[in-house]
Parts: sequence; structure tokens; C-alpha cells
Amino acid sequence: MLLRHTPKEITERDALVINPAKTCQPIGAMYAALGIHGCLPHSHGSQGCCAYHRSTLTRHYKEPISAATSSFTEGASVFGGQANLIQAINNIFSVYEPEVIAVHTTCLSETIGDDLKQITIKATKDGKIPEGKHVIGASTPSYVGSHVTGFSNMVKSMAMQAEKTGTKNGKVNVIPGWVEPSDMEEIKRLAALVGVDITLFPDTSGVLNGPLSGEYHMFPEGGTTMTELKSTGDAVGTLALGEWCSADAARWLDSTHKVPCKVLDMPFGLSATDRFIDALRIAAGVTVPDEVAHERGQLVDMMSDMHQYFYNKKVALVGDPDQLIAMTEFLVSIDMCPVHIVTGTPGKKFEKRIRELTADMPFEVNVKAAGDMFLLHQWIKNDPVDLIIGNTYCKYIARDEDIPFVRWGFPILDRVGHQYFPTVGYKGGLRLLEKILMALLDRKDRDDPEETFELVL
Amino acid sequence: MATTKKKMVQWTPTDIKEELLKKYPPKVARKRAKQILINEANDNEAPEIVANVRTVPGIITMRGCTYAGCKGVILGPTRDLVNITHGPIGCGFYSWLTRRNQTDASAEGAENYMNYCFSTDMHDEDIIFGGEKKLEKAIQEAYDTFHPKSIAIFATCPVGLIGDDIHAVATKMREKFGDCNVFAFSCEGYKGVSQSAGHHIANNQIFKHVVGENDEEKAGEYKINLLGEYNIGGDGFEIDRVLKKCGITNIATFSGNSTYDQFASAHKADLNCVMCHRSINYVADMLETKFGIPWIKVNFIGAKATAKSLRKIAQYFGEKKLIDQVEAVIAEEMPSVEAVRDDVLPRTDGKTAMLFVGGSRAHHYQELFAEIGMSTLSAGYEFAHRDDYEGRQVIPNLKVDADSRNIEELEIEADPERYNPRKPEAELGKLEEAGFKFKHYDGLVTDMDKGTIIIDDLNQYEAEKLVEILKPDIFCAGIKEKFSIQKLGVPMKQLHSYDSGGPYAGFRGAKNFYKEIDRLVNSKIWGYMKAPWQENPELSATYVWE
Repeated sequence: MLLRHTPKEITERDALVINPAKTCQPIGAMYAALGIHGCLPHSHGSQGCCAYHRSTLTRHYKEPISAATSSFTEGASVFGGQANLIQAINNIFSVYEPEVIAVHTTCLSETIGDDLKQITIKATKDGKIPEGKHVIGASTPSYVGSHVTGFSNMVKSMAMQAEKTGTKNGKVNVIPGWVEPSDMEEIKRLAALVGVDITLFPDTSGVLNGPLSGEYHMFPEGGTTMTELKSTGDAVGTLALGEWCSADAARWLDSTHKVPCKVLDMPFGLSATDRFIDALRIAAGVTVPDEVAHERGQLVDMMSDMHQYFYNKKVALVGDPDQLIAMTEFLVSIDMCPVHIVTGTPGKKFEKRIRELTADMPFEVNVKAAGDMFLLHQWIKNDPVDLIIGNTYCKYIARDEDIPFVRWGFPILDRVGHQYFPTVGYKGGLRLLEKILMALLDRKDRDDPEETFELVL
Repeated sequence: MATTKKKMVQWTPTDIKEELLKKYPPKVARKRAKQILINEANDNEAPEIVANVRTVPGIITMRGCTYAGCKGVILGPTRDLVNITHGPIGCGFYSWLTRRNQTDASAEGAENYMNYCFSTDMHDEDIIFGGEKKLEKAIQEAYDTFHPKSIAIFATCPVGLIGDDIHAVATKMREKFGDCNVFAFSCEGYKGVSQSAGHHIANNQIFKHVVGENDEEKAGEYKINLLGEYNIGGDGFEIDRVLKKCGITNIATFSGNSTYDQFASAHKADLNCVMCHRSINYVADMLETKFGIPWIKVNFIGAKATAKSLRKIAQYFGEKKLIDQVEAVIAEEMPSVEAVRDDVLPRTDGKTAMLFVGGSRAHHYQELFAEIGMSTLSAGYEFAHRDDYEGRQVIPNLKVDADSRNIEELEIEADPERYNPRKPEAELGKLEEAGFKFKHYDGLVTDMDKGTIIIDDLNQYEAEKLVEILKPDIFCAGIKEKFSIQKLGVPMKQLHSYDSGGPYAGFRGAKNFYKEIDRLVNSKIWGYMKAPWQENPELSATYVWE
């Protein structure tokens, strides 16, 4: 057994986290910053943070992840990191020539009280930021929130680049939240299909799912440009997908530049996608074309065709709040039963929302924010499930307990596909169902006795 | 295989060095110039290189931090330790199962915590009011849930800054439990200039708190410790297989496939064999001073190197039985290695490699490449010191800078009861007269060809330039470098954790490596970079559709 020391009996723990279901803010900020065109993320801390984040993102995307670090030593930790950051800014613009440097802090630079804003002003005064280039920043102390919070903070910093000219640009801002590059591409496709001109930010498509062509570009063609970010203040409205990932940025644009915002769930599954399309239509004042209804119908069709395999199947879920909320709603909509749901990210309102979504389910629901995967495993031991959905780390539980497993979320370190095939939208819903069915039916074909083994399922 | 590669023969090493430095601001260029060496080594005398110095802020380095070196590298592979990271969640999360250290916990009742991640997940209130209470509680919770024989605590950056006394907490809990050795590592990420500082800190604490704890006699003949072997991809399993076949007893591996008890019994060995000089030579020195165990440098990467290392161990013990058995094992293992080599050689001979990794691997793997006819154009370490490049004779002259000074140097004395020189002076002298070298490492530079380029702490920009200019057939580094190199159409092999596959050590490992490199450098994939219409963009004729 891989997790042989995990006891079935659950005891109270409030100091020790075992097998976390979250990681720290800076990696989220780094991922978000990669969705800005021509941007080099910069980690203001010791160089290990940057190395760890780059390694994890590289393993998840199988793509180069460029990011720099202030390389703090003990001296910088004592005397402050200003000199390191200004030197870094100078070196980065000289050597790598990005359009933007997006600096995020770490537990180290936050603990010693480095002030990014003040350091950036000093760098500007010292002439270290070339004309037309930008340095933006987000405060992302690792000891607050989670990787989701860090993502949200950097997205908010992106929104804060907005400038209001007074003339509306006719576009809708869409903040997709922490979804895959393939999902961002799919959101753009859907918006174009509906006929809505959007500014998507961040946008990692074309950055983290690039081709192999014998050429390396540190700054690929994808990403939201600074010009686009600036014009978000002139948009007709903002759709924020996900309360945890995207709402702060949207609300800031609303309160500062009077760009009205609507916070929606991430468009995973039928109903959440319906609400997204509907909101897009209303924001832009357009009619939804039949192609969209056709795609929707295909998803409903698969839900109906295979309903017998979903019905009353128990599922354990682990991941990030916005994703889990949408996934829970989707599973409930096909009569699957998500019975154990854990996120490592704190927030009691997560638990409340999950309880609302699962209120009519025939089983008791265990839900925890600021939980960990050790607890999830213990819940599974006490009340077994038919399926686990979560990141790669779930495979240790899945193998020990012999439970079918669908990889979905962050990080996925041992499979590919998430870079290229979306799980948002109706098409994404089809892919999710396909993955779930593959896992369940492969297991059925493995376990069914010979006398009931069937060709047609 | 890519057919479009042209070697840019007009580049001299000096031109290349100039090109690498051209774009840097003057201060950075001056600093980097000292870390880029054009090899002019002759007669075992290596030119000087600057190493183990700070990375320049903003320059995209391959390096990690002290915590990574301590918790990730050295203590990560020990299966029956409960390793608690004291800090915000990230550090524990990123070092959770990401290094491909394999372990064999199949024995009845064996403890294995390697698949778990333990963290105190510090929040802002812990940073403000101090994290000692939370740490104490976390240790208690770990003890109550698992009852491990030992719990190790690892400090992350904020812990040192807010002044949590993790050692006092560890001592208090150790005394409270009585049956669980709790000890701590002050391995904050900002210490030192790379993960190397973390190795040193790990070595010190393991030596201080664990080595020598178990005085029970260990069964077996020809007892050695294997230092600096981390069982990535099963390397340690293969080395253990070969050692066992030779009749050599491995008391402790530091630290691949290891247990607490191995460390505790390490002083029972009669010879220390050092694989990765950089990460573990401190323990070898301390074991010699305190217990009288001599150490030698070995290398099990490469079939010939493996044979040579086995012979060296046999020569040390000097018994005919062992010498004969080692020769019998080599004779038995080599034919199948040669067979694979002969098969691969026509496809790999004359190809070129670059290696930028570790504190030893960039050296050791050159030998494996050489066995299949591949030469190394350029190499360097990520976190090594001058002695790893130039040989241990430079150690007395190493400058101790501010970053090294803050890493504790233990004052070790001979153990009053247990110090026991393993061989009489005269016998050691005889061995040395016969050319046997103790505590000896020549470093990487003298083993490399004249005119090759040796670069310390290579960064992303320089890597890309080097590949563009010299067009190697393969590039070896770590995960962060992998895909930017491959985008250029050059295969990249990770030598920290091997991507996938292994073992590459020992005899079976050599066969695996030959095949793997053959697969990579002769893959059809590198010929698919361009679509037909990109190769021939001129439209010379069109189809006439009926």
C-alpha cells in the first residue's frame, strides 16, 4: 500500500496538514502572468520559490516556463530586497527584452516588508524601466490563502492596468479564472460563435500549448496585450468566471471604472455553460445562433444516452473552489453523487455553496474548505466511492483503494491532454463525460464476471 | 533525425564565450566571465573557475534553494522519517514526490512516509505571533497518528526571519516522547547561494542526531557505506544488486532507498564510497574523523566506471576471495553490456552532448556518453564548488565568503570509545604507494577535452545561445530547461530525475542509458519540425482538378 499509514479513524488535527489540497499564492500569480503577452513573471524572493513554481508548471504543461527571481541571499533578507529587484529589472529588460515584468512577492519578501510599489517607483526614477515597457506587481504572501488567491491577486493587478477614456469600446471583459489554455481558447471560440467581441484576461492559450517547430520564442504570440488590458476600463461589462479566481478583478473594474460586472460560475457542465452563454448574450445584446444550441443539444444527448452509468454513482472530489462548485453542479445534474468534497483553499462560503448544490442528493455529503487529501482519503475509507476526480496526487488513493480515477484540476503531472482539449463549455462537457465514462466502463469491463460480460454497453 | 543541422565550425571557444557575454550589462558580463572557462587543462592541472557564488538577480538560473537541497534531495529519500516542513504550504507541496526517488518498502511491517507530505501550513497569524506553538502541536499530531521512530523538521524562509527556535521545539518533543528522535534543520531557502548549502546543513544534522545511534553489530563481510546516491529511477537498486553479487555489504546509502537505521548504523562500515562528491563529502569527512573510516571516490555511472569502482573497493579490502568474486561478476556482466553497446555504437558514434546538471552528474555521465562514442562539447554544474571542477587539492585555498560562512561547520573529534582506524597506517601507506587514492577527487575539468567550454551556473539565455551555436545532438539538464531546448529541435534528457526510465547506474543501467540515448538522438521526431509547404514555400505548380 502506498498510503499504508492512513488510518480509517478520523482524529482532529489543527496544526498538521497532511497531503495538501492546495499550494501557495506565488505559483498562481506566475500562471496568471504567463497569460499576459510578452510578459516575464518575476518572483521576488529566494530562488527556490521560482524554481519550484517553474518546475511544477513545466511538469503540468510540458512547455517551457520562463520566469525570473530576485535570488535573495541572507543579506537581502536582512537588509531588504530593493537592490535585488532593481538589479533584476535592469537585467531582465537588457537580456530577455519582455514587454512586461509581472512581479509577485513571496513569504520571504512579505515577511521582511518589501513594498513593491515603492521599489517600482524607484526603478522608474532610476531609469531602469525602458520607455514603453511595464512593471506590474501583486502582493502574494504564501501564508495567506492559496495558489487560487495568488492567481486572483495577479488578475486583479492586470485589471488595475485599465484606463478609462470615456468612450466605450463595445467589448465585454471575460475573466476566465484558473482554467487551462485549451479552456481559454474554447471560451474565445464560444464568444466568437455567439458574436460577442471579448477581451479575455489572462489568456494563456498560445503561450502554454505551443507547437514544436524547431524555434524557441521566450514570448510566444499568445497572451492578453497591455493595450487590451488598458482598454478593459472602456468595456461595456465584465463577466467574471469564478468567485475565488476572478471576482476581485471584476469588482475593482466595476467600482473604479464603472464597468458593470457579473460574477458567474466557471462554465463547466451544462447549466453553468448555459448561464455563461446567456450572460454573454445579454451583456452584448446579441441573439445566440443555432450552432450554440446544437452543441448544447449534443451534450444533453450524451447525458441522456449514458445516464444509466452515471445514476447514483458516488464521487469523491478534490480541487479548487470555483472548479469544484461547477463540477458538483454538473455531477448532480446527471444524477451522480459527489459525497466527499475537499478544497485546500480556505472559505466557509465554499462549504455553504456545495451544501446548497447537493441538498437534494440521496446521500450525506462531506465537504471541507481548508481541508487536505489525507482527510479525503479517510472519508473514502469510511464511505467508499465509485469514482475520484482530482489532480495527479489522487492516484495514490485511487490505487490503494482500487477506485476509478479521472484526472482533472491542477497539477496533472502524469497525463497529457489538458493543454489541448477543453473541459469548459458544451464541448468540454462532452469531454468530461467521455472521461468519466471511460473510467467507469473500463472498470466495469475489468470487473464484470464472464457470464455477464457484454459487448454492447 | 534532423538533417538540417550544420555545425558552425567557424566559432572558436573564445568567440563563443564573447557571444554569451555580449548582451549582458557590464557588471553581469564581468561576473559571468569568471564562471565561463575555456578548458586548457593539462597534466592534471585545472585552470581556475569561479563557482558557488551568488546568482545574479533577474538572470534565469537553473538553481533551487537550500530547503530543496536539504529536504528535497538529502532527506527526501528516507522512507521511515516523518518529514515535517515548517512554513507556508508551498515548499512542502512542491517537494512532494517530485524527485523520482524510489524506495523498497515491501518488507512486512515496513514504514514508508515518502508518499506523504507533512506541513505546518503557516498562516499570517503564525508569522505575526510566531509558529513554535503550531509546530509543537503538529509534531504531537504526527506522533499520535503515526508513532514514527523519527520526525524531522525543515525550516522555510519565514521561519528564520521570525526567529522560531525549531531546534528547541524538537528537543522538547524528543524528550517528551522518549521513543521518537525529533530533530530539525535550519535550511531556510535564502541561506547559501544554491541547494548546495542545504546538502551541507542536512549532512551536519544527520551526523549530529542520527549517525552512531545504533551500535548493534551488522552481519556481512566487506562493509561499506554508499554516500551520495539517491536512487533516482532505481539507480541504487542496481548498485545494491551488483554489490550483493560481489559479496560486498552495503550498511547505509546516503540516502537513496534508505532508512533511519541505516544512518544510525553507518559507523559500522569499514569504507565509505562517495558517489556524489558535492552533496555528501561532508559526511564522509566527519565519519573518518570521528570513527576512523576512510573514504574513496567511486562512480557507478558507466559500465567501465562501475567495474573500476568495484575493483577499487576490492583492492581496499585486499582479500583474494573478494577480488576474485569482483572479477567474476565483471566478467559475467560485461558481455551483455558490450552487446548493447556494439548495437548502439554505429548510430551514436561521433555525436555530441552538453551536460549542465548537479554537482557530479555533469561529470559522471560524460563517461557513459564516451562509451557510446559521444563527446561532450560543453558542461558545467548547477551548484558545485571549485573542488568539484578543479579537484580537492584546491580546498585549502577556497575563499570563504559571507554566504558560506553562515552555514555551520561542525567541529568533529575522534569518538573516545568508538574511533577505530580501519587499517593500520602502514597498510594504508602501502595501498597509496600502489596508486590507491583516499579522499581524492580530480574534478570535472581534467577529464574534459581541450577547448571545451565549462560553465558554472548556466542560465537560460546562455543555454539557448550555446545550443544555437554548437548544435549538440543532445542536451542534458533539468525539468525547467527541458522544453525550451526541445523547442529548438534538440532532444533533451533530464539528468536530475531522468524524465522517466532508469536505472542508469551499474551494468544494467549502462545498457538502459545506451538505448535511451540512441532513442533520443536518432528519433524520427526531430525531422518533423517543418510542414512540406514550409520546407518548399514556393508554389511551382498547381493541380488541375477535374
